[in-house]
Amino acid sequence: MVDLTTTYMGMSLKNPLVVSSSPLSDNVDTIREMEEAGASAVVMSSLFEEKVIYESQSLDHYLNYGVDSFAESLSYFPDMQEYRTGPESYLNLISQVKDKTSIPIIGSLNGVSSSGWIEYAQKIEQAGADALELNIYYIPTDINTSGADIERMYLEVVQSVKKSVSIPVAVKLSPYFSATANMAHQLAQAGADALVLFNRFYQPDFDLENLEVAPNLVLSDSNELRLPLRWVAILHGQVPVDFAITSGVHTHEDVLKGLMAGAKVTMTASELLQNGVGRIGEILAGTTAWMEEREYESVKQMQGSMSQQHVAEPAVFERANYMKVLESCRPVAK
Amino acid sequence: MTRQQVTIDGNEAAAYIAHKTNEVIAIYPITPSSPMGEHADQWSSQGGTNIWGTVPLVIEMQAEGGAAGAVHGALQTGALTTTFTASQGLLLMIPNMYKIAGELTSAVFHIAARSIAAQALSIFGDHSDVMATRATGWGMLFSNSVQEVMDLALISQACTLESRVPFLHAFDGFRTSHEVMKVEKLSEDDIRAMISDDMVRAHRERGLTPDRPRIRGTAQNPDVYFQARETVNAFYQATPEIVQRAMDKFAGLVGRQYHLFDYVGAPDAERVIVLMGSGCETAEETVNYLVGQGEKVGVIKVRLYRPFSVGHFLSALPKTVKTIAALDRTKEPGGAGEPLYLDAVTAVSEGMAEGTASFDSHPRVIGGRYGLSSKEFTPAMVKGVFDEMSKAQPKNHFTVGIVDDVTNTSLDYDPAFDIEMDDVVRAVFWGLGADGTVSANKNSIKIIGEETSHHAQGYFVYDSKKSGARTVSHLRFGPRHIHNSHLIQQSNFVAVHQSGFLEQYDVLETAKEGATFLLNSVYGPDEVWEHLPEQVQRQIIDKKIKFYVIDAYDVARETGMGVRINTIMQTCFFAISNVLPREEAIAQIKKAIKKTYGKRGEAVVQKNYVAVDAAVAHMHQVTVPDQSSSVIKMPPVVPPEAPEFVQNVTAKMMAGEGDLLPVSAMPVDGTYPTGTTQWEKRDIAMDVPVWEPDVCIQCGKCVLVCPHAVIRAKVYDESDLSGAPETFKATEARWKGMEGQKYSLQVSVEDCTGCTLCVEVCPAKDKSQVGRKAINMESILPLKEAEKENWDFFLGLPEFPRQDGLNFTNVKNIQLLQPLFEFSGACAGCGETAYIKLASQLFGDRMIIANATGCSSIYGGNLPTTPYTFNQDGRGPTWSNSLFEDNAEFGLGMRLTVDKQTEYARELVDRLREAIGSDLAGALLNADMSYEAGIEAQRGRVVDLKAKLSGLDDPAARDLLSLADVLVKKSVWIIGGDGWAYDIGYGGLDHVLAGGRNVNVLVLDTEVYSNTGGQASKATPLGAVAKFAAGGKPLPKKDLGMIAMSYGHIYVAQVAMGANDAHTIKAILEAEAYDGPSLIIAYSHCIAHGIDMAQGLNQQKLAADSGHWLLYRYNPALQAEGKNPFTLDAKAPKIPLKSYIDTENRYRMLQQSDPDTAERLAAKAQKVVEARWEQYQQLAGKK
Repeated sequence: MVDLTTTYMGMSLKNPLVVSSSPLSDNVDTIREMEEAGASAVVMSSLFEEKVIYESQSLDHYLNYGVDSFAESLSYFPDMQEYRTGPESYLNLISQVKDKTSIPIIGSLNGVSSSGWIEYAQKIEQAGADALELNIYYIPTDINTSGADIERMYLEVVQSVKKSVSIPVAVKLSPYFSATANMAHQLAQAGADALVLFNRFYQPDFDLENLEVAPNLVLSDSNELRLPLRWVAILHGQVPVDFAITSGVHTHEDVLKGLMAGAKVTMTASELLQNGVGRIGEILAGTTAWMEEREYESVKQMQGSMSQQHVAEPAVFERANYMKVLESCRPVAK
Repeated sequence: MTRQQVTIDGNEAAAYIAHKTNEVIAIYPITPSSPMGEHADQWSSQGGTNIWGTVPLVIEMQAEGGAAGAVHGALQTGALTTTFTASQGLLLMIPNMYKIAGELTSAVFHIAARSIAAQALSIFGDHSDVMATRATGWGMLFSNSVQEVMDLALISQACTLESRVPFLHAFDGFRTSHEVMKVEKLSEDDIRAMISDDMVRAHRERGLTPDRPRIRGTAQNPDVYFQARETVNAFYQATPEIVQRAMDKFAGLVGRQYHLFDYVGAPDAERVIVLMGSGCETAEETVNYLVGQGEKVGVIKVRLYRPFSVGHFLSALPKTVKTIAALDRTKEPGGAGEPLYLDAVTAVSEGMAEGTASFDSHPRVIGGRYGLSSKEFTPAMVKGVFDEMSKAQPKNHFTVGIVDDVTNTSLDYDPAFDIEMDDVVRAVFWGLGADGTVSANKNSIKIIGEETSHHAQGYFVYDSKKSGARTVSHLRFGPRHIHNSHLIQQSNFVAVHQSGFLEQYDVLETAKEGATFLLNSVYGPDEVWEHLPEQVQRQIIDKKIKFYVIDAYDVARETGMGVRINTIMQTCFFAISNVLPREEAIAQIKKAIKKTYGKRGEAVVQKNYVAVDAAVAHMHQVTVPDQSSSVIKMPPVVPPEAPEFVQNVTAKMMAGEGDLLPVSAMPVDGTYPTGTTQWEKRDIAMDVPVWEPDVCIQCGKCVLVCPHAVIRAKVYDESDLSGAPETFKATEARWKGMEGQKYSLQVSVEDCTGCTLCVEVCPAKDKSQVGRKAINMESILPLKEAEKENWDFFLGLPEFPRQDGLNFTNVKNIQLLQPLFEFSGACAGCGETAYIKLASQLFGDRMIIANATGCSSIYGGNLPTTPYTFNQDGRGPTWSNSLFEDNAEFGLGMRLTVDKQTEYARELVDRLREAIGSDLAGALLNADMSYEAGIEAQRGRVVDLKAKLSGLDDPAARDLLSLADVLVKKSVWIIGGDGWAYDIGYGGLDHVLAGGRNVNVLVLDTEVYSNTGGQASKATPLGAVAKFAAGGKPLPKKDLGMIAMSYGHIYVAQVAMGANDAHTIKAILEAEAYDGPSLIIAYSHCIAHGIDMAQGLNQQKLAADSGHWLLYRYNPALQAEGKNPFTLDAKAPKIPLKSYIDTENRYRMLQQSDPDTAERLAAKAQKVVEARWEQYQQLAGKK
């Protein structure tokens, strides 16, 4: 029997397949199903500070809308005793999940203000989360904001959150840094316990019928594994943090590749959204079978085995390889 | 014992006692009493208990009559039961009130007394409703102030239990029900001490139970009814003493002593006024002032009006009295006098005749009317009455407060007479509903009332519009109890939150010398002076006013407050009014913000804090020059070309000077001209739609959906463009057969509310810049003058001829029809008005409308102006509102007139066939009026007929002449909201639909009582939060259409313009064409849904797409063709219900307040949607 156990930010996990942040983790029962299917940990869907603010201001707006304007209808809604516009429902969910599961639960946070990052990180810790993933989701559209500004912002967030909580903190990164390796290095210095590669931004589409920009969710496929695979392979051994791969993990082959690149865990959600949480068991079984067939003893044995430092040709991860790929894509001559 | 000081209004004070002392509460919304029911419902839903520790059971009924019936039943089975109502609601309770009193049942109804609809409806306060119940046998206690409401509510409850006589506890609608005042809150111990548990148990014992079987409510015969009716006498005789004992006991407990008749004034007064209600406060204040001046005057404040104790009344009057003036806040046309006057006359007469009165001489009693419909009752008027009483022959049956130049009943008085005390801060705030002025002022009253030793009072005046509404707040703060139940006459602080008011109203009229004036203006301290009208400049100089300015909108924008400038202006008020030290005031404002907004989330609190901190720094004192220099004058209210009535009457009301109109100016029977909103340019939109002809596809959707009919389209000859203003836009008309014609789309920017529905619905986008549509919002400022000119030119272009062969069955063509419903005061983006406007385009020139009370009767018929208008031939909808509950019957009556008169006219045509010519007679009788040209042809025949008849000297000919117009087809419409159709008017609606007459019923279904502030109706959907359904409506919406379809002979359609405009048009046309009853249920998005009103049409689409609102038509005419009459026009639901309801605050707030229930109800609602879809598919034969 192969040993699938791994560690991630100091947590012992029964296998390297973690459910990444998605709507699947909005529901206690679904999380229990995922645990039963074999998931070794679950990253909760993100608590968005922006959403908390929006909910609060939106409620205020609609409760104020049209009031004290007309003598017969001085208000339009009953005045409730309390409203849960804050993070309460999210925090309650974490507590409930912790009560009903035994696997590690990783909170996920997207803040907008420095006080928000700290406040909500602490609340997530108090709610019982075993670790925290910082989902720094930021599209720098301002032409006056430099790359250095963005990097500084990331580092400040990590430093301030690390100072305010005692649970391990992972940072989910965007792939759009000028110097990804340096950024990873700086984040490690700032205290990050793990780096999660990479955040997938929802890219808007165009609706030609209505000439509108239409946001729609496109789930990942295995091809998207390549980008995090490369960067984990490059960073493994160079940056002293744990790595998680979170894009394009759909099959046991993807899991194996991620581990070999150097990831401590691989994370999946798109696959489960498309084909159900039962895929967790299938992927794990596939992983085990592959390892057994090739007489691998443990996951630890293969983690980083194909990182840049450990492959025969380190240059394959670097830019020079680009030309070869292009050459292989020439159209077939007619 | 120290009791809690609270700042509340009269409604809350009454509801507090009612909820503490009852077990069952049956409620129904009606202004101004609705908040009492809302409080009771909310307290019970939050687990609030009565003094016996149990939560009162609160139930909403379908009507006040239903509430009274439920109350009666609950009382007869032994529960302590109450209700709250006003006006017509109280009238609907009268039958049960006779029963409850006849059965000697202990109960209290709390009444926010309001005018009764006579020549017109009025929501405001007087005693007409209470007085209409005098004969029912109920006791009546009147409260004059908010404190008294709380006190006498409890005393009423105690007295009814002891006396077994039921009590109306009445107080003045709005003036007391809505006045916010600092009062001492009675404790539960106080209440327990007043309410005898033994008597409660005795009441319970009298309840009917099969364990002690009895019957009550028998039918009696001539042999015993009379005697049985007299059995109650002893109870009524005992009641006054019981009430006085209760008042004495209350005084012992609480310290406030009341009497059945409280006298205030000189012990040797010769002139005494007698009155009830809030007017007593002003009368008392005035009497005290006049006595201080040495005058021998006094006032009797009547507390217990029924049973009327002659002995107590006579004892309360000073023996020196020579003249008594009984002032009634009601009118009984044709009576010997109003009720209180008659009681006073009777009492004095009996007292003198029987020797029980101890007056020095026989006093003269005169009677007068005052204060109808919340007409102001001021110290000047009180003095005017006393002055009249000094005359040798004082006027009897007088009026005070108006100018009656017809029957000369009115008294003269000096309006300048004022008695306000100098130690009272009196502040007047002019604001808009949307800017939060009233909310902030309510907060200020709480701050001063609850955080300082000062007394505080606030009263708020609203205008009659639902969009761009003006509010005027009157706040008093002072060291003593405030006895002023009238608006501020002399203010030492005036704030104007909208600088546009300076050119519309005399905002500084009340400012006294040395007052402080705070203005919100885009102009800074160095520029603002030159932008003031000359009149305002002059007042500032003459009255030595200290003038401050702030650009509050700029501060609001900077601090994320949007258009809510309330917190900013409130902070400035405290900073310069010296009511509190500035730092303390700011701390208190922040505390109040936390208290008010804290539960909405920290982000909201912080936003307001930032606004408070930014406010004072942006306020500047303006250096006032010695001389006025402005050339800005107050413009005329209406242009000179407005009709005479509009000039002389309507314009005065529009200017806020309606109080000055004499009786002679008013129509005698409540009949007013239509077509008047066109003269009321409200100019409330900051951004207005601008048409882009190069992008426009001339689809007509913007014209169709515009709730205010401010977007119009015309097709006309190019030659008509001669003389067009330079900026007038026109393009080639894109209709088959109209090549070479011109097309213009024009916006009336001064009538626009800026709702943006037109932009949202516009499907045409610029190919090079998709963000630019064929219609886009732009700032009105640079456009206004040119667009006013363009609009005037557009109106002068010829209307498209209706009978020109164009088929008015689609959106594109209908845009060319003139709307005969325009510029209503409905909410910006209203979801109802587009349906009415559409019907007016299609049938307006032959439309008779019966309109149920509700939003549509308010924006349809609330003075000063009406949106219903007429075409170039002078034809247009004729409209009336009867009541809330009877609208279907009212409309049926109109139909019956049309049917009967048509029948008679046809008979006359036949009888006079020879005289008018057989051909014409035949054509008249056989006319096909199923299409526009056919109707127009008949109109031509009627003209010919009239010409022939006018020369005939024959009674039948004269009759036919008077009836000839009825030969042209009329279209009877019965319009109302869901509160009417689903609830209070349902019985009548059912009967009218079942009766088969040709009426068209349009239900504007907002799924809630919108007009009274969002109470649940039976149309409210499962899971939605509404008042009276604070925990989410637990049961599904009634399927009104399905019920109607079950008859088989009724045309029924469910439509949603935002989901399918073509379907809406088709249904309305089919309904009107159907020769029988028709019911159209129209989804109407509403401000009470908690939505962005600009997205209203999208909300309609989501409602349809989710299967919540199914589009269908049931046309019985198809049966004759052997077809299934039911057509399911909806497609299968394509989004989950959640995708719709999550976008509306009425559902979302349940998710925020009670997520488990929200989830459970949402799941149940989804199942209901699915089941209904199955059911309708079967009906359509698709399954």
